Amino acid sequence: MGAFVRPIAGLMSLLSITALQKSFRSPEGERKTIVDVPAFTLAAGQQLALRGESGSGKTTFLHLIAGILAADSGSIHIDGRDMAALGESGRDRLRAESIGYIFQTFNLLQGYSVLENVMLGMAFGAGSDQTRAAAMLDRVGLSHRLKHYPRQLSTGQQQRVAVARALANHPKLVLADEPTGNLDHKNARESLALIRETCRENGAALLLVSHDPGVLASFEAVQDFSALNRADQEAAR
Amino acid sequence: MKTIGLIILRSLRQHLLSTTITALSIALAGGLLMSVWVVKVQSQTTFTQVNTGFDAVLGARGSKLQLVLNAIFHLEASPGNLAYSDYEFIRRHPAVKLAIPIAVGDNLRGYRIVGTGPELFSDVEYVPGRKFTLATGTLFNPAAKEAVLGDFVARKLGLHAGDTFHPFHGLIYDEKNQHAESYLVTGILAPSNTPADKVIWIPLHGLQTMAGHDPRAATDVSAVLIQLRSPTAGFMLDMMYNKQGNRLTFAYPIGAIMAELFNKIGWFDQVLTLISYLVALVSAGGVLVAIYNSMAARRRDIAILRALGARRRTIFSAIVLEAAAIGLLGMIAAFAAYAVILTGVATVIRNQTGVLLNTWAYNPVMLWAPLGMIALCALGGLLPAWKAYRTDIAGNLAPVS
Repeated sequence: MGAFVRPIAGLMSLLSITALQKSFRSPEGERKTIVDVPAFTLAAGQQLALRGESGSGKTTFLHLIAGILAADSGSIHIDGRDMAALGESGRDRLRAESIGYIFQTFNLLQGYSVLENVMLGMAFGAGSDQTRAAAMLDRVGLSHRLKHYPRQLSTGQQQRVAVARALANHPKLVLADEPTGNLDHKNARESLALIRETCRENGAALLLVSHDPGVLASFEAVQDFSALNRADQEAAR
Repeated sequence: MKTIGLIILRSLRQHLLSTTITALSIALAGGLLMSVWVVKVQSQTTFTQVNTGFDAVLGARGSKLQLVLNAIFHLEASPGNLAYSDYEFIRRHPAVKLAIPIAVGDNLRGYRIVGTGPELFSDVEYVPGRKFTLATGTLFNPAAKEAVLGDFVARKLGLHAGDTFHPFHGLIYDEKNQHAESYLVTGILAPSNTPADKVIWIPLHGLQTMAGHDPRAATDVSAVLIQLRSPTAGFMLDMMYNKQGNRLTFAYPIGAIMAELFNKIGWFDQVLTLISYLVALVSAGGVLVAIYNSMAARRRDIAILRALGARRRTIFSAIVLEAAAIGLLGMIAAFAAYAVILTGVATVIRNQTGVLLNTWAYNPVMLWAPLGMIALCALGGLLPAWKAYRTDIAGNLAPVS
């Protein structure tokens, strides 16, 4: 059980969630609550790991924060704007402008070059900036791979592209969903360090979910998602 | 917009095979549509305007169309002969400005030998302001066994001034029916883009008296080409020959008679037009199917783009514009298909009639066919675009943990 970490007093919270609920209709027609988080906050620039087992609803939780899913009720304030109160295109815009997302499976666009992948991470927010994209790829050590395609890269390199993409748009908040789940031990360690360093350098807060004890151990602040989420864990997927 | 452009470009590339195949089917449809249209319009305008400088044709009793095709276009069989006195009569008629007799009935390896008088070359403007001129050599001597060749037939047969040939009897080439007479080529006409280009011109007398021709018909002519002093004269002569008389046919006006021909075969280009519309519709359907079928493969990319902040309407527009882009690529290629089809058709028409179609003359179809096809493709893109619009992001960003 991780300690419940409150934001450091005096720091304005970047992410502030209250009474957030999300339920889905099961194939049998029953409504099942997946996420029921009464309160959660994350300070600007803070790095926090959430411990959660598979099926605990942590991906749904991150999708709600990112506005990929619409909340049933509650509020998700990100940098002063309530994601839960926005319509879909408003959520798309807020996500494009303020949030970087790192996936376990990288989710790189296979038909696009490494540079284009990173530029697309900016395209829907402030707009593509090739210099910035190239600088981010240089930062993650891939300046020699700009014209390559994802399939030409190792998995470790692919995740580094995903990290560059997530941070290219100067997000205030980076969400990472099991970012090391598909990597071997060495790559996982390096990738995790890279995510944390680049978030720090760019002034982005990091909210990472994982069930990997090795990953969790490297964080100063860790929370148990099961302690946060009151939804019936049996029902959660 | 730049981003949508990139998305479309990459998507076209990722589905290169289906992009190419659908674009090619559009090229075929567009090329066919434009060709049918242009051939229809061009041949109609060309053939109703070609009269090689004459207003009317006088010939044996029969079909006016056959008379015009035979005397002006050098196609079809002659409906029969008329007596020299009939020619003399019309030549002296006060309403007639110029009357030139022609005689047909022989060929040289399939190309018609037509007997006529030298005034055809000295007095007739085949289009206003332009007379037949010789590219090389001199005109035939009306009393000698000499010939002047149209530019097209001279090139086809490889004959030059100074060469000789033996005519063949009949309008259809049969190597057994060669005449004994030998004709000397004295000149080659400059190209006129009229049926005259595919004719071997010899003196009228020569054809009339060719060995083996019926000596009793030695003064007969096949038809008389007529220039009138006024249009009203035409209607007067029409009344005289066709309504009151029953021995001869006076074909006037030539353009209207040719227009009648196009009305008669109008159903044919209606069918062709209908077919090309259907092909266009099917190929737009092909765009729909091609994109729709690739939706399963695209769903993940769409979900990723959405996760990066792309809005539903951005994705929707990208798919519709991609469909339109396939249409655009197809229609660019359609102009190549058009060029190939029309060159073929124009060659056939040129071989048959000596008339050259203006293949690249602007026709509104070259504007509305591409625009229509692109719009149709965009329309075909709506359904897959709607499917893309509805793509669930969370469900396609596997795995969920």
